[in-house]
Amino acid sequence: MKKLTLATIALYLGILSVFAQPLKQNDSAYKKRKLSFEEANLISSYYQQDGNNSSITGGIGTEKLTDLSTQFSIKLTKVDRKWRKHTFDLEMGIDHYTSASSDRIDLKANSSASYNDTRFYPSANWSMENEKKGTTVGAGGSLSVEFDYVSVGGQFNASKKTKDKSGEWGVKVFTYLDNLKMILPVELRSGPFIPRGTQYPWTDRNTFGTSLSYTQIVNTKLQLALLADVIFQQGFLGLPFHRVYFSDNSVHMENLPTTRWKIPVSLRFSYFASDHLILRGYYRYYQDDWDLSAHTLSIEPVIKPTAFFSISPFYRLYVQQATKYFAPYQVHTAANRFYTSNFDLSSFTSHFFGSGMRLATPGGVLGWSKLSALELRYGHYTRTNNLVSDVISLNLTLR
Amino acid sequence: MRQSKKKQYVSSVQFQRAGCWLCSFILAIVALLSCTPVKEYQKNKLNDSEMVLTNRKIEKTELSFLSYREGASGANAGKSGGGCGCN
Repeated sequence: MKKLTLATIALYLGILSVFAQPLKQNDSAYKKRKLSFEEANLISSYYQQDGNNSSITGGIGTEKLTDLSTQFSIKLTKVDRKWRKHTFDLEMGIDHYTSASSDRIDLKANSSASYNDTRFYPSANWSMENEKKGTTVGAGGSLSVEFDYVSVGGQFNASKKTKDKSGEWGVKVFTYLDNLKMILPVELRSGPFIPRGTQYPWTDRNTFGTSLSYTQIVNTKLQLALLADVIFQQGFLGLPFHRVYFSDNSVHMENLPTTRWKIPVSLRFSYFASDHLILRGYYRYYQDDWDLSAHTLSIEPVIKPTAFFSISPFYRLYVQQATKYFAPYQVHTAANRFYTSNFDLSSFTSHFFGSGMRLATPGGVLGWSKLSALELRYGHYTRTNNLVSDVISLNLTLR
Repeated sequence: MRQSKKKQYVSSVQFQRAGCWLCSFILAIVALLSCTPVKEYQKNKLNDSEMVLTNRKIEKTELSFLSYREGASGANAGKSGGGCGCN
């Protein structure tokens, strides 16, 4: 009798365990469908520059500027009933900058309201990946607000992997609908622009673009990406407080065409040379219809002494041919229809070099289990027309 | 004055030709590279976090200032519109 009872209990428990198994599976599948936290990033940067070709004072004068920025982003994922992976990226950024050149909108001012400003820029992006079909679709929106500038952005993107999944085609359409306040240099405030008032008129600047990309796995160690953009801008494409001094010493507001077509084409690669070395490279050729053209070349070897620590020195070379509308201080004449003395649009060569460091120890960095990676990056920038700048950034990744 | 203008024009043409040559060269290399099929289980090296073909999050500020301080932008090197860059 005792044996029979024990056998019955064992059989009963066996049946229970058989039924318990599929229930457990269903439970885990249900959990996967819930929105879950993937990672969060806190990035903080400090940027400073100095030069002597400010466009606010007509191509001469200080370009001293500092910028402190902090961005926080969070990534959430969810798997839906059709097993498609949804990713949500939410971001908030704040910049605070001081600019000695912006202060010169009023030449008599020593420290005016335009000396510093704060910019807020939230953004949200969503993407849905169907692993079975090898497709991804997505959409996103962004906003950027500062005292004299508001920018609203939107984008749609789609990509599809090739049959053997070694290549991927991508397309993105995007737009930025911007509004800027017509704040003129103080001595030019007359006519349709309200003098010395706070009710400055606003004007538009819109950007419409398409990005095409193709990525290809060449072999187990090398992959490439080919990228091409076609961008069209229209509206007020200069800045109202950029002065231009003509050869007769008369002062004018920068005047540039109201349309601009830009075509950048680039190639990016990453090569796994060994367990201790990865090479990343980038080349871009840029041309626009203002006759500005440029080559960009960068190389970054990532040295990994251990699997959890890497150092990545980098070098970037940039060579630019000036736009046909550029001339320095007191060179333009009344015969010029369009004119600017903005040295960012002049001919120059720039060098940008520095190094990054990444620490991602298992179990957390610096004893904090939630901190999965710590990155630090510093770069020094020099331009042949004497602009120099430095940027240092810190990124904390939480998981 | 005329001579310097001519010199500028010639250097501009040379610059563009150099660009075309460099692009053709790179595209030729890409075309010449024979791609070998890679199975999912062979992708461990390609899946290394440093192998991504995009910019890192930490590069955001430097890409932003480079797009303001230089005339060229876009093609996976920072945003190509929106924002003032009035500094």
